[in-house]
Amino acid sequence: MNFEFSDEQELLREQARGFLGEHCPPAAVRAVLDGDADYDAALWQKIVEMGWTATVIPEEFGGLGLSYLELVVIAEELGRSVAPVPFSSSVYLATEALLACGSQEQKDKWLPLLAAGEAIGTFALAEGNGRPSVKSLTTRMDGGGLTGRKLPVADGRAADFAVVVGASQSGDGASWYLVELDQDGVSREAVRTLDFSRGHAVVQFNNANAELLGGEGAGWAATERLLDRAAVLFAWEQVGLADAAMIQARDYAMGRYAFGRAIASYQAIKHKLANMYVKNTLARSNCYYGAWALNTDSAELPLAAATARVGAIKAAVFAAEENVQTHGGMGFTGEFDCQFYYRRAKLLGVNVGSEGYWQDRLVTAYEQNNAA
Amino acid sequence: MDFNDTQEEAAFRAEAAAWLQANVPSQEELAGLDEIAAAKLWQKRKYDAGWACIRWEKQFGGRAANAIEQVIWNQEEAKYDTPGGVFIIGQGMAAPTLMTWGKPEHHERFLPKLASGEEIWCQLFSEPAGGSDLAALRTKAERDGDDWVINGQKIWTSGAHYSDYGILVVRTDPNVAKHKGLSYFFLDMKSPGVEIKPIKQLTGGANFNEVYFTDVRIPDSQRLGEVGQGWQVALTTLMNERAAIGGGGAGVNVDVAYRIASEVMIDDKPAIEDSAVRAKLADWYVQESGLRFTGYRSMTAMSRGEIPGPENSIGKLVGAPKTQEMASFCMDLLEMSGAIWDENLSKEAGLLQLTYMGAPGGRIAGGTDEIMANIIAERVLGMPQEPRMDKGMSFSEVPTGSN
Repeated sequence: MNFEFSDEQELLREQARGFLGEHCPPAAVRAVLDGDADYDAALWQKIVEMGWTATVIPEEFGGLGLSYLELVVIAEELGRSVAPVPFSSSVYLATEALLACGSQEQKDKWLPLLAAGEAIGTFALAEGNGRPSVKSLTTRMDGGGLTGRKLPVADGRAADFAVVVGASQSGDGASWYLVELDQDGVSREAVRTLDFSRGHAVVQFNNANAELLGGEGAGWAATERLLDRAAVLFAWEQVGLADAAMIQARDYAMGRYAFGRAIASYQAIKHKLANMYVKNTLARSNCYYGAWALNTDSAELPLAAATARVGAIKAAVFAAEENVQTHGGMGFTGEFDCQFYYRRAKLLGVNVGSEGYWQDRLVTAYEQNNAA
Repeated sequence: MDFNDTQEEAAFRAEAAAWLQANVPSQEELAGLDEIAAAKLWQKRKYDAGWACIRWEKQFGGRAANAIEQVIWNQEEAKYDTPGGVFIIGQGMAAPTLMTWGKPEHHERFLPKLASGEEIWCQLFSEPAGGSDLAALRTKAERDGDDWVINGQKIWTSGAHYSDYGILVVRTDPNVAKHKGLSYFFLDMKSPGVEIKPIKQLTGGANFNEVYFTDVRIPDSQRLGEVGQGWQVALTTLMNERAAIGGGGAGVNVDVAYRIASEVMIDDKPAIEDSAVRAKLADWYVQESGLRFTGYRSMTAMSRGEIPGPENSIGKLVGAPKTQEMASFCMDLLEMSGAIWDENLSKEAGLLQLTYMGAPGGRIAGGTDEIMANIIAERVLGMPQEPRMDKGMSFSEVPTGSN
């Protein structure tokens, strides 16, 4: 048993942190937040050149064939730097969907493009307010084309294609469709979210050209499996973010004086920071479990993923909220960077399922493990 | 990262599991024995077969096992309901302090009997005027020839009434700053002048005590560290204390809570189908799992030669309040009957009520929740201490209250 990353993985972390420190400073996040672009295209190009989009794609499809342990290291650092890029949509969701369910032809076509950053993919599940369920799906194949409306779709405008969850008459009630987004049957409109540093869209399908990805009527089980895998990767981003927010709060409290002493010396502040540290540490340890389960395709993945995800949602949201609080009035201004974490933590906290969704999945997985 | 056993680890696990299966005492074997006799029987059996305190050197009764092997052993032993608990202070706190600060003759004399469970130790640190501010303790020691003469009072001493030896921090110089005037000893609890009075706890039990010292003589050879170095020696004990108390998992855990939530009804449906109940259970599962894997990560760090640090405080800081919340929540699930504390009428034979009543002790003993949070903030995150009113004063000048 070994519960740490290898020396090589630690070296990768160091490189990633250095790279993002240089190419994704707060000014880069702010530029996307305040501007009209959906993402930082220059940063994205550099990330592609680093090979990160190719990390787990097998070499036969132009990837690096590395393990998920490398990918989680990158995810943590992307979360730490609040990177304004479509990495999660393209890598954790679209790439994973193709790897899981793509036909040979689909993999041959798309995986090399994803690896080389020549295509960006995304995953379209939600259709508005409330928890998506197989019964709630209205997007469907109708007269040979796909029709329906998905919102919000992360990176919906940046993406070249989407894996769309649609209703099906057969099997588990859903099917996956691979849809190229630059076509007459698809219209996309930007939608404002909490975190303008990450582009989102409303995507309307009107008899759009679409092909099945995976089996007809096998889309809901595939969705749950995909969300399990993505949950681990999102959780690592959240843990990176939580750590960054905690360090920002600590550093500010050390330098901010009130009543003649650093506010970091007041127990009210110290206990807040200790609480962040505790939540972050537990979340990180659970993320190790998730990373291991993802990497080994363990039967424990549903439980490990939900455990990592619930802990990481809590840690990131708490650290982001209390970081603002520690900064006082300055934290509430647009001038300070606390807002980056505050926006992103809540976005990450809902975009592959909320805390409540994953709490429920966790207990279900626990029950299934006990029954096995 | 690999959560599976290596070949060597799997072999070690198989050996441990086989030995446990053949040797864990049966209920019949333990029938009629009190808690201490039962614990001693099991500990001696482990010791004789080389399964006691497995990380210790062989000559002291261990098998020089590594940190991961300790994890494996703990996992395997935890599959059985074995008697224990009374050795935590001796093996988990006194022994590491003896190893760090004691002389070879101390090791030879005391460590094997700690490992075998033949001798039980207690910890004489807290005083009525020195709890969270432990260094404010007043029990004094005065040199008299080769001995020290001890006068004063300790409090909250778990197991003093059945212990053979105790570790003791006392004030040897009141005229220097608080932390600088302390020295550290161990003593025979049967020494003349030691008087032990049980304290009734809110659980109804009386496991801890007041211990009074009246002209108790301790030979200077039983001092650990230099005169005036007692605080540093005590820190060795305290750091190990937090690791030893740890997160626990005994008592009310997610498995127990799940069982209860499956059995009791809310609006004629099993409580476990209620989303609020599921959310709570999920959160506790996340905490239990997080503590378990945090512990494993620290074992990996130790197996690479790193020293466990103040981050060990996290187990107690999370585990103790969690235990209290879970017991409280499970009693709520029982509605009006949650108040019944009766072995025959209560769910789980009254475990919930016992756990809830004992839980405040867990949040206080070995450093309160608040002290644990301070330790994390100061020693892990590097934040400054609160200003101290007694800084730079000699102990005799420090203001005190009436309690």
